Amino acid sequence: MNIHEHQGKELLKRYGVQVPRGKAVFTVEEAVQAAEELAAPVTVVKAQIHAGGRGKAGGVKLARSIEDVRVYAEELLGKVLVTHQTGPEGREVKRLLIEEGCDIRKELYIGLVIDRVTGRVVLMGSEEGGTEIEEVAKRTPEKVVKETVDPAAGLAPFQARRLALAIGIPAALTGKAVRLLQSLYSAFTDLDCSIAEINPLVLTGDGELLALDAKLNFDDNALFRHPELQELRDPGEEDEKERRAAKLDLSYIALNGNIGCMVNGAGLAMATMDIIHYYGGEPANFLDVGGGASTEKVTEAFKLILSDDQVKGIFVNIFGGIMRCDVIANGIVSAAKEVGLDRPLVVRLEGTHVETGRRVLEQSGLPILTAVSMADGARRIVQEVEHRGGMSA
Amino acid sequence: MSILVNRSTRVLTQGMTGATGLFHTKGALEYGTHMVGGVTPGKGGTEIEVTLDNGTGVRLPIFDTVVEAKRATGATASVIYVPPAYAADSIMEAIDAELELVICITEGIPVRDMVQVKRYLEGKKTVLIGPNCPGIITPGECKIGIMPGYIHTPGHIGVISRSGTLTYEAVHQLSVRGIGQSTAVGIGGDPVKGADFIDILERFNEDPDTYAVFLIGEIGGTAEEEAARWIQAHMKKPVAAFIGGQTAPPGKRMGHAGAIISGGTGTAAEKVAALSEAGIKVSPTPSQMGETMAALLAERGILAACITAEPAGSVAAGGK
Repeated sequence: MNIHEHQGKELLKRYGVQVPRGKAVFTVEEAVQAAEELAAPVTVVKAQIHAGGRGKAGGVKLARSIEDVRVYAEELLGKVLVTHQTGPEGREVKRLLIEEGCDIRKELYIGLVIDRVTGRVVLMGSEEGGTEIEEVAKRTPEKVVKETVDPAAGLAPFQARRLALAIGIPAALTGKAVRLLQSLYSAFTDLDCSIAEINPLVLTGDGELLALDAKLNFDDNALFRHPELQELRDPGEEDEKERRAAKLDLSYIALNGNIGCMVNGAGLAMATMDIIHYYGGEPANFLDVGGGASTEKVTEAFKLILSDDQVKGIFVNIFGGIMRCDVIANGIVSAAKEVGLDRPLVVRLEGTHVETGRRVLEQSGLPILTAVSMADGARRIVQEVEHRGGMSA
Repeated sequence: MSILVNRSTRVLTQGMTGATGLFHTKGALEYGTHMVGGVTPGKGGTEIEVTLDNGTGVRLPIFDTVVEAKRATGATASVIYVPPAYAADSIMEAIDAELELVICITEGIPVRDMVQVKRYLEGKKTVLIGPNCPGIITPGECKIGIMPGYIHTPGHIGVISRSGTLTYEAVHQLSVRGIGQSTAVGIGGDPVKGADFIDILERFNEDPDTYAVFLIGEIGGTAEEEAARWIQAHMKKPVAAFIGGQTAPPGKRMGHAGAIISGGTGTAAEKVAALSEAGIKVSPTPSQMGETMAALLAERGILAACITAEPAGSVAAGGK
């Protein structure tokens, strides 16, 4: 799960990370009022969307007067920002962070992630703050410094000190840096983050270390133990169908094609997309119904696919292990009967209780095309959709 | 021969009294796996009666702790169907009891918990498979996990995979060609897990009954690239592979920040390139996994030796 910068800063502040004074606002009037309260010589107006690259896209403005704040707030609220992370459709700005400007001497990068290879949390730092760490790693890998954390000991002060010195934090400030890095590590583990980044971390003229940005991503699997974090979810930032899917505990990603897919298992779901592509089709979504789904859940998943007007045909590809084919078949039949099956449907079933599953489909009286293999299914749904397209054109 | 599990493996189920645990314990019994008991804290001293499809009743004792269960039953392995919030604790309990093999099927365990488990595992004797995996099967001998047993055929191909259902797909494609499997291992798709490709490849390399290996990877991380390097340097047997997610749109899942550490971005193209460079034959589509393996076996002159069952003609052709 993703949250906004201002929410990330609020959370980090609680852990003792210093952040600039600021306030999140939703209207121009609120923006002006927040700026008046700050009464800072320079005020920063920052668009709040769940995507990086806002600065380059014109989503961050420096205001030298209250009037400037008003002008920028008017300009940004409602504007669609297109950054390299939003995709070409961009993201509408619905809230702003009004923040006190500061005297920046140096911009650094600090981030915590999970390293798959070691299975541990890794602290990364770089003297190249302000740019994306992926870029720095590609161009000048020697400028990315890392410390691997032993979960039994936590981030040791010597590791924090070593990293601070390596990224050019003055020796006089190492005490502050160690406290900051340990605070960030506590936040990362306490809150079950999958990423915690401060980019840039700035060194100010008066010798402070300030988090000028904050990007926190949370492990979806751990949200059950953080009800407080779930309240930070911004539905406006999420795809409507993805949100509905999340509520049903389905793994769904909207894509740009016209063949709706329902598959069990992430690997098979990805492979199903691959094979649809191979036969010249375009998947409309990635949908993993997961293991142990009930008939109701399958019904809802199927309805979710049908609710997408982009979808011109559906391919169900199930290899049942934990998922029983009869459960899938019953779900498909009940959904199709409930909402009506107005588009071609190809079903390929294999695995646990496959015979019962096939029988349910056959006896439903619905125009369901059955496939004998994954390739057969993909080929047929692509043909069906092309055929339909030809008919209506 | 086989790796990790065989006829003499004695298996406990942790979380046996839940619906999933019970369903798959019965499945294992039907397959002939030597199930010896279950662990559910608070239900120790009771028994569970499982009625098999042929009408036979099997009674299995339930214990409160793994240590107790191991002592009473001589269990050597455990399979975990405990819900995600408690699964890490169950894994550590099984490691502490010094079971040889622990297989965690549970999906959705928080990564932080698995970081702890992985640390806990260091220096211990246990081999951990998973979590978020289908399990492990030595066809005809022992099935531990959620895979449908009937698609497997005893034979000589080692199968190893990060994905569950895609493993079934690969096994199915091999079986319909009459190409049997020595052992099929699903290592699971979580970022932090127990055994990795190389741990399993090492075992297949040493197993005289495994003649070749099929490896199934997917996008994200760099495990396939590392496996490719290891195979090139050490593997004595032919390896074919498939990488899922070749057409997955980039950037939908963040992923890259995690991959920076080890270099590379975990794309399918990079993985396919790394595997091909190491001399591994990569299946172009997920429906050609069996075909690719068969072609490689034929190339090495061991196809006939690897055909251990009657091929199922019409299905093998992949459609009407």
